[in-house]
Amino acid sequence: MQEVRRVISVIAMNESSVLARVSGLFAGRGYNIESLTVAPIPKSNLSRFTIVTKGNAKVIEQITKQLNKLISTLKVIEHEEMVEKEMVLIKFSANESLADIKALCSAYNGGIVNAGENSVIVMIADESKRIEYFLSAAQRYNPIEIVRGGVVAIER
Amino acid sequence: MKMSGAQMVCEALIAEGVTTVFGYPGGAIMNVYDAIYKQSKFEHILTRHEQAAVHAADGYARATGKVGVAMVTSGPGFTNAVTGIATAFTDSIPLVVISGQVPLSLIGTDGFQEIDAVGISRPCTKHNYLVGSLEELPRIMKEAFYIASSGRPGPVLVDIPKDITAEMGEFVYPKEVHIPTYKPSYKGNDRQIKKAVEAILNAKKPLLYLGGGVVLSNAGKLVRELAALAQIPAVETLMARGVMGYENPLLIGMLGMHGSYASNMAMSETDLIVSLGARFDDRVTGKLSEFAKYADVIHVDIDPANIGKLVDVDYPIVGSITDVLEKMISLLKHSVKPDRYQAWREILARYNELHPLKYDDSDEVLKPQWVIQRVGELIGKDAVITSDVGQHQMWVAQFYPFDRPRQWINSGGLGTMGFGFPAAIGAKRGVPEKIVVNFTGDGSILMNMQELVTAAEYKIPVINIILNNHFLGMVRQWQTFFYDKRYSETDLSFQPNFKALAEACGGIGYDVTTKKEFDEALKDALKQNKVCFMNVAINRFENVLPMVPAGGALYNMLLEHKDK
Repeated sequence: MQEVRRVISVIAMNESSVLARVSGLFAGRGYNIESLTVAPIPKSNLSRFTIVTKGNAKVIEQITKQLNKLISTLKVIEHEEMVEKEMVLIKFSANESLADIKALCSAYNGGIVNAGENSVIVMIADESKRIEYFLSAAQRYNPIEIVRGGVVAIER
Repeated sequence: MKMSGAQMVCEALIAEGVTTVFGYPGGAIMNVYDAIYKQSKFEHILTRHEQAAVHAADGYARATGKVGVAMVTSGPGFTNAVTGIATAFTDSIPLVVISGQVPLSLIGTDGFQEIDAVGISRPCTKHNYLVGSLEELPRIMKEAFYIASSGRPGPVLVDIPKDITAEMGEFVYPKEVHIPTYKPSYKGNDRQIKKAVEAILNAKKPLLYLGGGVVLSNAGKLVRELAALAQIPAVETLMARGVMGYENPLLIGMLGMHGSYASNMAMSETDLIVSLGARFDDRVTGKLSEFAKYADVIHVDIDPANIGKLVDVDYPIVGSITDVLEKMISLLKHSVKPDRYQAWREILARYNELHPLKYDDSDEVLKPQWVIQRVGELIGKDAVITSDVGQHQMWVAQFYPFDRPRQWINSGGLGTMGFGFPAAIGAKRGVPEKIVVNFTGDGSILMNMQELVTAAEYKIPVINIILNNHFLGMVRQWQTFFYDKRYSETDLSFQPNFKALAEACGGIGYDVTTKKEFDEALKDALKQNKVCFMNVAINRFENVLPMVPAGGALYNMLLEHKDK
């Protein structure tokens, strides 16, 4: 069976060890996590996990069922029609060509968010695939540090 | 009413109708033990090891259908309990395990007897709690019992820091639970059930595939009713022994690695599997790609995650077996034509005639199969049977005449050696009117032999029949078959004097080498009504057959083993 990439959102109680329950399930059953983000849902006692995973159809089905089975889980959304974004922060040396970097960033919905004596920091928020393109284009400006935020997604 | 957290634990247990708690005290759980001392509504049985406390609670739960309760202290008390918890988890047994924890202020400081119980038990509990404040303690106790016993049952751990059991507060035990994230579904989808029934009507070779879920949901009667109504033959997994009853002509036998020829062939040739509370375990299916190649699959399970996990399913039905069977029976009542499956039943009957379960009895040496059948002849229905894990477990599953659900108690999923004796103690406490016999091996029994003291102290007359081949028999069998007889670390020739051991702990011991001695020993054990070890010397190199070699196709069974 063919491996597919899937974005899954989990709405779960915002209580202690719920992150361990979710991540432990992936580790214990040998499922893949490409990225995982988690934050509380405003005005509720819930948290939202966004997990990017890979597996064949059978594995993906098991992942959603096992996630649903957790007592703390309210809802599991296997995204199909979604808007998906990932944030990335990159630090460049201030000696690089700032105009070029800025132009590159604006091609990817981003820009410079901090400029210091020795370095500038840029932020991009885009689809994971476009983040990859951006990162390879940014290589020529010798990035000092790259921090990816993991995917968040919302159903259309 | 104002009371301590420890008293709240006791009051919650009483409110849940608990009458027996199995456990072992220690520093972090002492407050609760002090409260236990002051009450008289439930008894506490002091096992001699925490693992045994959990197995005993487990045996109690399996024999009665109620939630079993075990109590242990923090650190090593808890880690000793883990094997018991995991055993209950893999067989979906409802347990509430209460463990002490170091005070809240010490958590995370590597305090004395501190261990992350919630972290360790996460993968082997249905759910677990670290109680964070006295206020939430009553709610958590209520939820623990509800979660353990509802949906697909399982063990729930409640880890309680010591300062919380000391703290005083107002006790109000909730009448109901509100867990918005947990709503098990019991009702099967009507449309799916109708489609499944049509599939049954159209099948030529349907087969009921019965698992432990039938026992857990107390659906034995309904299963028999369905089978009788439609005249569909049935195979049982290890966990479902007793569901159909050994005298039932529709019971083909147990399937799987040590299943009967007819059962495994039935599964290999059926055109429609009706799976009820079974989960297509690898010990049942053998090589998956060769498993039941001609069959469509109806899969009824209360746990959606079991459906489609290993085998592709044509008719998935999530729900309780009771609900689904009631609906199926009412639909089949007016439409099923049992004659349709006549030819199929005849084929399976012929398979059973061709290769019945068998063994060569002997006058020189006792055969384990004879011993098991003999117990069946002498006390059959009056007994609840537990077992440990290994050859003896398989022989009992094959040869004991099981008559009803909950008569057979064993560690199927996890395969925990040392389970049988403490489980028997718990089962006897749960159903005191029954004789409880634990079939065990000379390997398994030593893993919880300290429970002789418990059984003697509390006068729990469990009969332990040690089928003694001076080997770790099942591993030895694999070494014989697949490892050129290199008997690596399986020779148990060096043994304790089992008879003297039992007597030293306040029980009775018997050494048995002949059929006559066995009959006499069993008769005496029943009369004495005391815990005993019956050390039965059996043929050393007896094998469990048939056998599907691990990873092989279910229809490729070794039916006999000729020594080269």
